[in-house]
Amino acid sequence: MTIPSPPTAVHFDTALHLEPALHLDDVRKVYPMGDAEVVALASANLTVGSDEMVALVGPSGSGKTTLCSIAGGILSATAGRITVGGQDITGFSDKELTSFRQESVGFVFQAVNLVPFLTARENLIVVDELGRRTGAPARERADQLLEELGLADRAKNLPSQLSGGQRQRVAIGRALMNEPDLVLFDEPTSALDTELGEQVMELIRSEMKSRGTAAIVVTHDERITHFCDRSVHIIDGHLDA
Amino acid sequence: MILALRELRRRPGRFATAGVILTLIAVLLMFLGGLLDGLIQASTGAVRAQDADVIVYSDNAQASLARSRIEPEVRETIELLSAVTEVGGLGVVQLGARVPDAGPRDLAGVALFGYELAPTGVPDTPADGEVYADEVLRADGVEAGMELLLGPARSPVTVIGFVSDTSFNGQGALWASPATWRDVLDANRPDARVSGEVFQALVVRGDAEPDDLAAMIDRITAEYHTASATRSLSVPDAVNAIPGVEEQQGTFNQIIGVTIVIALVVIALFFSLITVERAGLYGVLKALGARSSTIFAGLVAQAVVVTLIASSIAAALTIALDAALPPGSLPLAVSADRIITSVLLLLVAAVVGCSFSLRRVLRIDPASAIGSSS
Repeated sequence: MTIPSPPTAVHFDTALHLEPALHLDDVRKVYPMGDAEVVALASANLTVGSDEMVALVGPSGSGKTTLCSIAGGILSATAGRITVGGQDITGFSDKELTSFRQESVGFVFQAVNLVPFLTARENLIVVDELGRRTGAPARERADQLLEELGLADRAKNLPSQLSGGQRQRVAIGRALMNEPDLVLFDEPTSALDTELGEQVMELIRSEMKSRGTAAIVVTHDERITHFCDRSVHIIDGHLDA
Repeated sequence: MILALRELRRRPGRFATAGVILTLIAVLLMFLGGLLDGLIQASTGAVRAQDADVIVYSDNAQASLARSRIEPEVRETIELLSAVTEVGGLGVVQLGARVPDAGPRDLAGVALFGYELAPTGVPDTPADGEVYADEVLRADGVEAGMELLLGPARSPVTVIGFVSDTSFNGQGALWASPATWRDVLDANRPDARVSGEVFQALVVRGDAEPDDLAAMIDRITAEYHTASATRSLSVPDAVNAIPGVEEQQGTFNQIIGVTIVIALVVIALFFSLITVERAGLYGVLKALGARSSTIFAGLVAQAVVVTLIASSIAAALTIALDAALPPGSLPLAVSADRIITSVLLLLVAAVVGCSFSLRRVLRIDPASAIGSSS
């Protein structure tokens, strides 16, 4: 198994990129369950560099989804400090988290979850339409992303007319629409066979690296972790870098 | 919002069921409203047409022309009031009319009025034996120049022209001189005969507010004619006081209300179903940064558009139905006002119906999008 070498040239075009993409400082998440408490995440510390790709590996129920959700501003932590792209989101309200997600993170969901009645291009533009609309720049960006992802001739197709790999690529394009500091991939290969899974991981790696965008890839599949710069294991809510 | 409207355009089939049901409900609503308006129009036309401030009935008549009698002395007393400028007598008798060329048992229901002050749209009092007929009587074969034979006594009157929207108790009106009315009443309803200068009611024009004028008239007649005091009503009040009018309105409005509630329930059920079905999609959209308000606004936009489309089809169907019905067969009056009111009521029902899904939209957790494979 060959391990791709970390990139040698990194473009720091703005000061923001010098900040780590993610910094978790003693982050804890506890769910109340009757009188007892369930610890989903026990004082996690993790730093993801501005263009680093980290595999988050663990069995189901290990807390990797919780960690991913907290990093993406979907869940609030019970304790600890969370910084994404230099922005401290620890005390954010639901409303602030909503705009944070809209502007600063990208998600690629396990089931891809494209909007079924929108074309590939519209599935990218929808990100812009959910928030403060920019219109023409968003359309240009969508076309550019589709071009780069090799989907230019599929722009007008509905998700049902695309193959699994193509859908995955549209989902990646959607995650990149808002020029995020951090992209979160939730089990990107779980629905794919080994060969297609590797193709998708290669695509993810090249897309992330060419943009210098940081990524966390949540997976329970050890076979794909070598596409990432490093792996972090999580078991029963405990991180083990 | 854009997303929601695009879904409507791309997947109209999903909304077809709700659309068809809402269209039927809207047709029902507009049809019921049209019937109510038609019935009320047909029973109040003659009173609404009165070009007066106040209509004076006798106190014990409960605003029914047939029961009311105004003696000449009472009229003189009222004419003494300085606020009163003009007073005219009014009387009616409802009879069956034989129309030439129609079958011997094919009677047209008519209300023959004797009048002194011309109602709106009716010319001045014609010569004795002549009448202006309401247009609704054309459906019974009445034509200008025709001689109609009224009642069991077959009293002849000649139609010399037509007027519109002056029906009374659902019957077409004939407008005649007081003398003709008295003659016909005398010949056909001996029990209801009135002597000399007696009328059933008076229409009064004055230069005070109608309600004040009515109060003045009732006060002075109560003072001078204790046995035959009057009860005066402004024209709108007199319209509502016509026996049966309020009851008809009440009944129809209740049916219309229930229909609106049904529309509301249909919309509420349909959109809560859609919300449940789309919980996954909404979770993803929320994770991508969509606010609950954006999602809910989309839902409302869909409901409003579906309702508007259903209402437009329903309005077209109702207008077509109105045009297809032979005149005089159903008292259906389709008006823009009624259609607009129905659409507005349905829109309110649509928004309220949607709001039942608001809580569900708010409760959808963006975290549901992560760590699930569905």
